[in-house]
Order: sequence, then structure tokens, then C-alpha cells
Amino acid sequence: MATGVKPRVKVPKTAAAGETVTLKTLISHKMESGQRKDGDGNVIPRSIINRFTCEFNGKPVIDVTLEPAISTNPFFEFEAVVDAEGEFKFTWYDDDGDVYETAKSIKIA
Amino acid sequence: MKSQAHKSIAGIATAIVAASVIGAGAAFADEEAELTVNGEIDMITKTAAPAHLSDALDEVLSGWRFRSDTTQDMQMDDFDNPGMIWVEEAREKWATAEGSEGKSCMDCHGEPEDMSGVKAVYPKWNEGAGEVYTLQMQMNECRTDRMGAEAWDTDKGDSIPMEALLASVSRGLPVNVAIDGPGQATWEKGRELYYTRTGQLDLSCASCHEENYGNMIRADHLSQGQVNGFPTYRLKNTKLNGVQSRFKGCVRDTRAQTFSPGSPEFVALEMYVASRGNGLSVEGPSVRN
Repeated sequence: MATGVKPRVKVPKTAAAGETVTLKTLISHKMESGQRKDGDGNVIPRSIINRFTCEFNGKPVIDVTLEPAISTNPFFEFEAVVDAEGEFKFTWYDDDGDVYETAKSIKIA
Repeated sequence: MKSQAHKSIAGIATAIVAASVIGAGAAFADEEAELTVNGEIDMITKTAAPAHLSDALDEVLSGWRFRSDTTQDMQMDDFDNPGMIWVEEAREKWATAEGSEGKSCMDCHGEPEDMSGVKAVYPKWNEGAGEVYTLQMQMNECRTDRMGAEAWDTDKGDSIPMEALLASVSRGLPVNVAIDGPGQATWEKGRELYYTRTGQLDLSCASCHEENYGNMIRADHLSQGQVNGFPTYRLKNTKLNGVQSRFKGCVRDTRAQTFSPGSPEFVALEMYVASRGNGLSVEGPSVRN
């Protein structure tokens, strides 16, 4: 079980119609690679976020497969075109089956 | 003819001057960059050296100026600064009651923001204890004497995030460590340690951070070793690092037996090194490589 997992996102509150906005996301997660051993020589089991997705009003914006070499607390910065007001939905999938979700709405100004 | 010869000599001289300027520019990759965090906190990353340093240095430079553009950028926005994860964590800890007295930090001190300015003056003399206290020692006195909780180890566990929280609310304020008064003896001990060569490599702090800052040490760009940005998020170990742990790393690199974090020697050294940055802004949690 991964502990202390907390998703954070940064989305502008407003955008002009058709504007390209920058989104930033960060999730605190230890991203244990499965390659390391503990003090007794036993392999520490892999425990990573293996997939991250972002949707805007149900349409996919980004869908990322994460691999074990990605460092702790994965950070993503990407862009999306905002054509109408709506909601960005962010989802992280953990190896242990947990799903972390958060959402932010954006208005047209 | 004669005047032409003069001209070309002048031309060469200009070229040499230009080349040396470019050389200096390369050594300080971002010498002219200025640091503003979240578009609102203006940081002083370069200023006149404090009076006690005037024989050794003209100006003091934050370690931020020695880092590459991408590393510098990470510190300019709290969302991009991974050190803020621990600050958030400590903010929860701040409000959590602990120990036999059932008190939290917040019960006595209010919001973390009310502690603005505290980090800037530490380490400082503690009258009751009769010794110089680092901020972590002061936190531990609160924990053991007023909360009835266990003391934290130096630079370990919760002490670093809490120090980072207190640093974060003082960001932008100038470091102002007192070097006179009852703490002067400790400060002088710290200065002596700073200039004492140690280890098989026979290096003092000054050998690298005073005489050679701006030069390369293998693949790394030597800074002045200022500690105004601590606790520091290091890209190499993806966590916050304490000042005294960093000292230990440096002394180890001289191939010496090091002092331990929390030892009187490192407390004195922290006080002295902090005072070398008097006038620079508190930057913690900063981002370095």
C-alpha cells in the first residue's frame, strides 16, 4: 500500500474560448521501482503509479503510461485547448489498484 | 601605417577584454538572473558582503545563481518546487496536538505565517539554555518542555519539513544572524572550523567556497556555500536536505572523519556560515542539484 499519496493540480480558473492553457499536476508517491533491496537483501516490491490520464468534458487530453524508472512524486506539465467551459478530470492509477482522482473546472472569460 | 598598427593593437586588446568577459559569463551561467517566487516574492540573491566578510569577499551570492536555468525555474513557482510537498506536510503537523500536554505548535504560535522572520535570525543565542540554538534545537525545546513530546533528531524525520515550513514563511526577508553578544564565542569557533583544513584532501570550507566559487569541481559548479536556501530540495536525492547533513557531506568529501549533525561543532559552523549570508533572502525550501 502506498501511503501519503496526495494529488495536486494547477489549472487556470478562466480562459478565452479556443485558448491553449498549461496544466500542471503533481502526485506525492514514492514510486518504488521494484529494483531495490532492503537491508536484509530482500527485494522491495514494486509500487508505482502506472497510468495517468486527463479528460476535459469526457474527451481525452492525455493518457500516460508510467514506468518504474520515473522518479518519486511524478510531475506532469502539458497543454490543452479549451473550447468551452467545463471540467478537467485527472486520474492516477496505482499498482495496488487504488485510483486517485481530482477535478478542476474552468470558465470562459 | 603607424596609426593602422595602433588600431589593430587596440582591436586585439578589445578582443581580449571581450573574451575574458565571456569567460566570466560562462563560469556564472546565470549571473544576471533575478529570482522572484510566485511572481510576488522578490529575493535578494546577490548583495554586498556583510562587514565581517569584507576582507574575503566583495559580494555574497545565493547558490541559486550558480544553478542551471531549468533548476532555477523550479524554485520560481511553488507548484513546481518539490520542496513544497514537505512544507504542506509540516503545515498539518503544525496544527496537530502532540505529547503529554496535548498542545500543537499552533496553540501557542498561531498560524505558521505569524512566525515570519524567525528563520532569518537563527542560529541565535538562547538565554535560558546559555548556548547558541539552531532553529531545530529551539523546536525541540518547545517539544520537550512545553508539549511534553519527544525531541526530533537533527536533520531527520519531521524536523526538516518543519524547518522548511518556517523558512517558507520568511522567504524574501534578509538573513540577519547576530555575530556579537553572548553568541560571539560560538561564532568564532564556527569561523575557525570554516578555515580549518581537514581530511586527506586537506581542504577547508574556504578552499572551495571562498577561493574557488564559480569554478568547477569535477562536474559540479562550486557555489559560495551559502545556506540561506536551506532546507534544500536536491534533485540528486529527491528530498529536502538539512544544513548540517550537507556539512557532513562536504567534510566527508575532503576524506575526513566528519562531525555529526547536531554536534556542537556543526552548530557553531551553521551559525558562522549563516552569518556569511547576512543580507541574502531566506529562500528555503530552495531547489538545487
